Amino acid sequence: MNSLILQTAVRYLLPLLLLFSLFVFIRGHNQPGGGFVGGLIAAAAYALYTIAHDTRAARQILGVEPRVLIGLGLLLALGSGVFGIVSGYPFMTGLWAMFEFPGWGKVEVGVPLFFDAGVYLVVLGVTLTIIFALAEE
Amino acid sequence: MGDFVLVVAVLAGFVAALIAPVLARRWHHAAGWLVALLPLALTLYFAVQLPGIARGDTLSFAAPWSAELGLAFSFYADGLGVLFALLISGIGTLIMIYAGGYLHGNPFLGRLHAWLLVFMASMLGVVLADNVMLLFVFWELTSLSSYILIGFEHESEKARAAAWQAMLVTGAGGLAMLAGLLLLGQVSGSLELSTLLTQGDALRASPLYPAAVILILLGAFTKSAQCPFHFWLPNAMQAPTPVSAYLHSATMVKAGVYLLARLNPALGGTALWLYAVGGIGAVTMLLGGYLALTQTDLKRLLAYSTVSALGTLTMLIGLGTSLALKAMIVFLLGHALYKGALFLVTGAVDHETGTRDVTQLGGLARAMPITAIAASIAALAMAGVPPLFGFIAKELLYEVGLGSGTWLASAIILGALFTVFIASVVALGVFFGRATHTPKHAHEAPVSMWLGPVVLAGLGLVIGIAPQSVSATLVAPAVSAVSGKSVAVKLALWHGITPAFVLSLATVVAGLGLFAVRAPLRAALTHLGWSGAEKTYALVLDGMNALARGQTRVLQSGYLRRYLIIIVFTTVTLVGLLLVNPHIWNQMSRVEWEALWQETHFYEVGLAVLILLATLVATTTSSRLGAVAALGIVGYGVSLIFLLFGAPDLAMTQFTIESLSVLLFVLVFYHLPRFTQLSTRRERWRDAVIAVLAGGVMTALVLLADLIQFQPSISHYFIENALPLAHGRNVVNVILVDFRGFDTLGEITVLGIAGLGVYALLKLGRESRK
Repeated sequence: MNSLILQTAVRYLLPLLLLFSLFVFIRGHNQPGGGFVGGLIAAAAYALYTIAHDTRAARQILGVEPRVLIGLGLLLALGSGVFGIVSGYPFMTGLWAMFEFPGWGKVEVGVPLFFDAGVYLVVLGVTLTIIFALAEE
Repeated sequence: MGDFVLVVAVLAGFVAALIAPVLARRWHHAAGWLVALLPLALTLYFAVQLPGIARGDTLSFAAPWSAELGLAFSFYADGLGVLFALLISGIGTLIMIYAGGYLHGNPFLGRLHAWLLVFMASMLGVVLADNVMLLFVFWELTSLSSYILIGFEHESEKARAAAWQAMLVTGAGGLAMLAGLLLLGQVSGSLELSTLLTQGDALRASPLYPAAVILILLGAFTKSAQCPFHFWLPNAMQAPTPVSAYLHSATMVKAGVYLLARLNPALGGTALWLYAVGGIGAVTMLLGGYLALTQTDLKRLLAYSTVSALGTLTMLIGLGTSLALKAMIVFLLGHALYKGALFLVTGAVDHETGTRDVTQLGGLARAMPITAIAASIAALAMAGVPPLFGFIAKELLYEVGLGSGTWLASAIILGALFTVFIASVVALGVFFGRATHTPKHAHEAPVSMWLGPVVLAGLGLVIGIAPQSVSATLVAPAVSAVSGKSVAVKLALWHGITPAFVLSLATVVAGLGLFAVRAPLRAALTHLGWSGAEKTYALVLDGMNALARGQTRVLQSGYLRRYLIIIVFTTVTLVGLLLVNPHIWNQMSRVEWEALWQETHFYEVGLAVLILLATLVATTTSSRLGAVAALGIVGYGVSLIFLLFGAPDLAMTQFTIESLSVLLFVLVFYHLPRFTQLSTRRERWRDAVIAVLAGGVMTALVLLADLIQFQPSISHYFIENALPLAHGRNVVNVILVDFRGFDTLGEITVLGIAGLGVYALLKLGRESRK
């Protein structure tokens, strides 16, 4: 499709949507959101870009083959379970660490964060694999 | 915990398998010798344990695996285990060296070494595992490595077919064995062999005993090539010779014998055991020997003789007397030594002359003197001539036969006759007599290839002359383990002129007589071979393929609409049939329609009507764009319902999915064919009925689910513990990524596979269409 308006809009929408997807992903632990819907939003952002330009441009801006994202995501999700094993707990035990930033606050980081990041990547990878394959058909 | 070294010894082969390919690439000439260092070290380790084992000690190690399932990572070494372990690592040492010479210059030498090491480790696992599930895992690993090693020359179709056949036969038996072992575990309450073996009386008295025995025998018989499953072993000779010598003669095929011997104290001593194990063993012993008569390929000849030997071992376990078990262990040791040597000799002959056909070979002793000496000694042991260890084994065998009636005695003598014949063909026929013209000009094999036969044959000679060197250290502990009680063993070479000795001499002479008339014998018997078992196997396999094709044609039509009909209709029927019963209808009468209606807000009703209308439009419209838009309304309407009933996460995801669907439609819209009505009026009515039924069943299910509570609800647990345990306030997400993380892992795996499937359908299909 060749629409100047859409192409111009997408240039600003893409980073915003990606930022929004990350926001939804990270807030997911305490408020509605999470890796699944975050991944979908990110995929939608790239899909929009695909429609505005074409798959070659979208692949270029993604920078990585979406199928690789599926594998990476699964590896990350599976790997997050290993934290438990090496700490002497069962596989996939939820472990948490607290980080204090003086003058700002404290941040809790846990195994589920990595797991959810894996979900995010798998969903992004699968959706884009399908969308790119359909668009190139 | 316990003896940690024992576990290291078992698992070291798996690690070494990773290094072997590197060795073969960097030091190709010495690779065999380098790889052999590991089995050599293992041999020494097990040899050092012998005095302790002879005193009655056992080595053991246990680490938790999954206690809830009765699984433990536990190992245990007694006399029987250590005897096998010594054979596996000792012969393994010679095989690794031999393989380095046999495949010298082959770029895949590293691969062969790696899989031989994997096999060695798995086989050690089989004979040293305490937990039967662990034993099963290693058992299957030996089948897997056997599959890959038989198919080593993967470009040969025959090799692939033989590998596949061996895999299917032993794999099917392995599954039966798994069921049998689980039954044993159920009866005795433990999956540890060390515990199982002490509960023989309870096991034998159990009503599950016959089923468990038959299932386990299926596993043991397929693995140890007992009739009627013997046919895969001669076919497996497609493997490179070091593999045949190691897996299909000395060790893997004895895994079944090991299992029978191991379980003998717990399962033996019944009529079923005697007739099934002893009977099948005797039949296999004779059948293997008989089928060997017509073979002209040295390897197939030896393979049938191995089948016969495995039958002998099985028969002896079935008889189960103290003498029979003693004969079994002695025969096992003797057979491993001479048969291993003869297989390696065969490989050397094949390597140096270019043929394995006995009718083309003769008089090789001059060209290959060292190999000839080793072959002769091994063949003499096989024929049971003093002062070799094989003679002691054969004498014991005859004693067993003479003590158990005419039928068995005749069978054993006949089996021994075949054995003498085979030994003569391999040694006399190949190395002596008139020299023949061979495809390659024969000369002595390199040291790496004669070392194995010389060591194995030499060992047979040494322990034949001095049997007391193994009787107390090696044989007695193993016999005790098989008998389930301490047994003293005295072996002697010379017993005087006994009936067994006279018979032994007579069979040697008769066997040589058979050898003298081998050419007319073969010609006479060619048409009398028996391949019924293999034909049955082919028939079963074809039947299975036909069944698979048939049901694929019916169920996998390739039309999405038919899949949907089948799936929805099956679900509706199965669930619907459960719902149609008076008890359920009584429950339904408890639905408080009045109260439900009063709780309902007007906008909810509006939304429901909107969704229903949109559904109607989607199914009846004749415009594709209209259908897509109507489906969108349904989707967004459902998200709104999620939102109204307090599920913002679901609503959010549904909204995103709906939006993405619109994008997908935009992408494919252009490529779709013109919108046409394909189904007839009747088909549409049928679809409508199925759809309404599906909706009705789901509605009934939802109403019932609200009324019937089988278990206390777990939502409270999740709500209360989301923050303290999982540090999150969004309970839905906490369930997804923490409490039920395992489910999610499974789901994203499925999602990933589905994505790859779509990719394959769209991309790869298109490329092949071009």
